[in-house]
Amino acid sequence: MSLLEIKEVTKRFGGLVAVDAVSFDIPEGSVFGLIGPNGAGKTTVFNLITGNYKVDNGRVRFAGEEITNRLTHRIVKLGIARTFQTIRLFANMSLMENVLAGYHCRMRAGPISAMARLPWQVREERRAMGKAMAELDFVGLAAQARNVARNLSYGNQRLLEIARALASNPRLLVLDEPAGGMNEQETASLVDLIFCIRARGITVLLIEHDMSLVMKACEHLVVLEYGKKIAEGLPGEVKQNPLVIEAYLGSEDETDDF
Amino acid sequence: MSEGDAKLRKIVYSIVVILWIFAPLYLDNYWTDVLNNVALYAVLGLSLNIILGYGGMFHMGHAAFYAVGAYTTAIINTAWGIPVLWLMPVAGVMAGLFALVVARPIIHLRGDYLLIVTIGMVEIVRIALINNVFGITGGANGIFGVSMPSVFGVTINGIVQPGHFFYLITAFLGITIVLFYLLEHSRFGRALKFLCSDEVAAEGSGINTAGYKLAAFVLGAFWAGMTGTLYAAKITFISPESFSFWESVVMFMIVILGGSGSIPGVLLGAILIIGLPEIFQDLQQYRLLIFGLALVAMMIFRPQGILPPKPHRYPVEDLDESEVAL
Repeated sequence: MSLLEIKEVTKRFGGLVAVDAVSFDIPEGSVFGLIGPNGAGKTTVFNLITGNYKVDNGRVRFAGEEITNRLTHRIVKLGIARTFQTIRLFANMSLMENVLAGYHCRMRAGPISAMARLPWQVREERRAMGKAMAELDFVGLAAQARNVARNLSYGNQRLLEIARALASNPRLLVLDEPAGGMNEQETASLVDLIFCIRARGITVLLIEHDMSLVMKACEHLVVLEYGKKIAEGLPGEVKQNPLVIEAYLGSEDETDDF
Repeated sequence: MSEGDAKLRKIVYSIVVILWIFAPLYLDNYWTDVLNNVALYAVLGLSLNIILGYGGMFHMGHAAFYAVGAYTTAIINTAWGIPVLWLMPVAGVMAGLFALVVARPIIHLRGDYLLIVTIGMVEIVRIALINNVFGITGGANGIFGVSMPSVFGVTINGIVQPGHFFYLITAFLGITIVLFYLLEHSRFGRALKFLCSDEVAAEGSGINTAGYKLAAFVLGAFWAGMTGTLYAAKITFISPESFSFWESVVMFMIVILGGSGSIPGVLLGAILIIGLPEIFQDLQQYRLLIFGLALVAMMIFRPQGILPPKPHRYPVEDLDESEVAL
């Protein structure tokens, strides 16, 4: 069964059609890749799924529920978590607090129960702390829980973003260019991490143009160019597709990666 | 932060608390009244701190909520004679409702835009009070004859016996500090700090940013409204001039100067902004000049405030291994 269904989704910015009637289905439990040259509309599709942009035409369904144009925080609560292409951490807060942000939507204490220090609120805080530590441990940052986010290396900041997203107990995790700024070794361990995430039963949507990562991690690919879907299929098939090869010819080094 | 620092801070806080509690015993009425004002503004600063400090919303119209609370108290008390302290929650709810109505349409504004709109709000409230809009605010003269508060049958005269009022306002300040400390380190306080730090990331992490901003306004206004009751009860008459734009600026300065988002910072800010000008009274006309220069110097050399917030230490080492679960 498909977890996320995107049907004929269109997004225009003024006269520019950034995403043009794109459709695809993401099966539950897979690692799904969305690729394309720079400016192909990958991140726009992403922002349409997570509710950051309004869909002009078409529909987005998640786990059988219509989520087109819902508010972002409601979509997160339904089970879609994301990371950002340009890292957006709470820079002056500790790693622990950053991850607690992700668990926020699974907690329920409001201001009154906090000020009254109700027993269930205290237990909930403790549970949240345990969950945050477990997620930090999962990405390998538990030892730095008290460190401040801005002190982390670039690669570790990416990992912290993933931990924060995972803390919301998502069914679908959308990673926007997670390998950006990572070295080869870090990228290799990222592939392992993605497999570990899938092993937890979380479907992963990967938006990336690092071909080595996509080819290793993804089971299924959709290729975008100028906002249109030009190919779809297994990584091996997509690689041979003449349209895809042509789309990537404009950029020398990415053709080399192929 | 080292262990020694924490110990030193505890000692300093204890000394300040003890000095504060026994202040009426060694200060005359004038200086006790100065401390009453410091405490009043400390509570106002703490209530603004929820909006401006944790939430990062540039709100410079806090005196409007204070005014709604004070006028609600004065009007109900003079009309029906209900004891003033019973009116604290009523004043809080009225101010909170007022905040809900006025903040709802402006909540999405950012930074300086919000600042300008809130300045407009506080001016509208003041002018509405002067013009006696509903015929109940007494116009420019305000409302006289608010009754004094009584606690366990003892009437507290804020003008003649500032020492009595001192313990009333100190109790309220103490409760406020404890409650807001708990709030700061809860899901609610964290959510405000997240949206202050990066609104897009907060929303993307599943936080209802618009809802929390509005909640911060309502809660801050609720507390300012309750403080308004104590103010009306202290001086027993209120007029629009007590809730001018300048009052809002003073509250804003207390939070920014002391340390946005830090409870000790706001308390220190209240002591400096309200208490210090009294100490330098001998300098007469020069004191505002010195005050202004000090503020400018602060903004250049320590823009985060004198006592900026410290990161909260989560007691992760207390967790059992079984509690660390995905």
